[in-house]
This record gives sequence, structure tokens and C-alpha cells, in this order.
Amino acid sequence: MSKKLNIGIPCSEANHVCDKSQYRESSFWEKVKLNIHLLYCKACREYTKKNIKLSTIITKSKVTCMDKKNKECLKSEFEKALKDNNVK
Amino acid sequence: MPNHLLNPDKWIDLYADYLFNYTISRVNDREIAQDLVQDTFLAALKSMKNFKGEANERTWLISILKRKIIDYYRKINSNKGKAEVRITSNNDSETDGDWLEERVADPFDKTAEDTMQNTELGEAIFKCLSKLPEKQAEIFRMKTIEGLETEDICKELNITSSNLWVIIHRARTAMASCLKENWF
Repeated sequence: MSKKLNIGIPCSEANHVCDKSQYRESSFWEKVKLNIHLLYCKACREYTKKNIKLSTIITKSKVTCMDKKNKECLKSEFEKALKDNNVK
Repeated sequence: MPNHLLNPDKWIDLYADYLFNYTISRVNDREIAQDLVQDTFLAALKSMKNFKGEANERTWLISILKRKIIDYYRKINSNKGKAEVRITSNNDSETDGDWLEERVADPFDKTAEDTMQNTELGEAIFKCLSKLPEKQAEIFRMKTIEGLETEDICKELNITSSNLWVIIHRARTAMASCLKENWF
């Protein structure tokens, strides 16, 4: 039956969909297929659980990065200083 | 015998975000954090010859940054006039005696403990990130922390989207097992 309806997906694809859902990039149909897969696959259930947890703690920690522009600025400034330092 | 070496060419790529994140949780202002990080790198460069090799690079940079943050707070508190507590009084007769909006306790306000835990968590995340291979770390950072679109990352790094997802998958697995020890 699963072949006819084409709802059975291999683990690799299930993981891929799971990764995508962490960034809200999976489609509705993909999510349905993932959930069906999770019903019978314990390993993927584990992976999904871990993956969701990782996403939660990253949002919770509110980590930020330097803005790209500022980083470039810092880089060029630092390289200048590095050169001066080497000349001395 | 120095067992740790300094490699300033790679400092910015390796530690800029880590230091920035460390600073921002302590000074709460992006611009000031940016300046402090820059000061730290420049100060580190100047005192490179004093590096004894006892600690690793990152620990050493953080110790400089800590001094910079302390100096910053010392500086703003030395302007005595600014240290006073200001209370805005409500002069409007109609609302006299009402709660001042900004002084009402915020029920969603986090406790100090929560904030502290989040600071530690942020540091743990960057520590784990630095253990990943460079490319994985870069892509994971762009995608997860900066929140860039898949398409933009692919264009910038000149990779296919399936390639990107494979890297993301590896990075996520590695991050999960690295953070597992303390945070899962």
C-alpha cells in the first residue's frame, strides 16, 4: 500500500525533512510523510527529539553574531594593525 | 616551554563571534560590545610577547576581554552625575498616584538565574561550534544563528542546496552530541 500512495520514505529522507523543519522550510506533505515515518522508526524518533531540543536551546540562549559589515570592518582594522606590528 | 601558540591571522574568524556574544550578555549594547571586542583584539596583538603559552588562545583572549569590560564599567561609573537614580514623576493630575508604566513589575521578566543560565548556554554553544570543522561551523552559524536564507548561503558560498543540507545535518548531529554532556 505504501508504494501505491508513496508515503513511505527512507530514514535519510526523514532526517532531511526533519532538518528542514527546524528552519521551517519543509512543506506540509513532507511533514505528513515524516510523521508517518516516525510512527514506525525508533531511530528517527530519537533523532527528531534531539534535533528539536537543539533548536530550542539555541533560540533560548539568544546567541547573536556580529553584523557582517562590522565584522569586515574589524577584520580590515585588525589586519592593518597586524601589519604594523610585523613591521616593528 | 610554551605549549600553546598564538595565531593572530585566524583570531577574527575563530573568536570574534564568541567574544562578541560573551560581551553582549554583559554590556547589553551592540555598539559598545563591538568596540570592546575590537579593543580586545588590538590589545592582545600588542601584548603578544607577554603570552606565556600556559592557557589556550581563547582563554587568554577572554581574560583580556574581561579586563576591558571591567574598565568600561569603571569609566561610565566614574561620571558621578550619571550614576544617580532618576525617577520620572507623573505630574498629570488625572493619573496622579497611578502606577508609572515603566515601574510596574514585568511578569515576563526573567529572573537573574535564568539570564545567567542563558549566558552560560551561549558560551557552551560557541565552544561546541569551535570544535566543528571550519566549513560546518560557518554554515551552521549562518543558517542557525544569523538566520540567513538557504538560497543566500548557497549563492555566497557557491554550493548546491543539497550540499548545504548535508553539511547542516552533520553539524547538527555534532552540536547535539557536544551539548549533550551538559545541556540535554
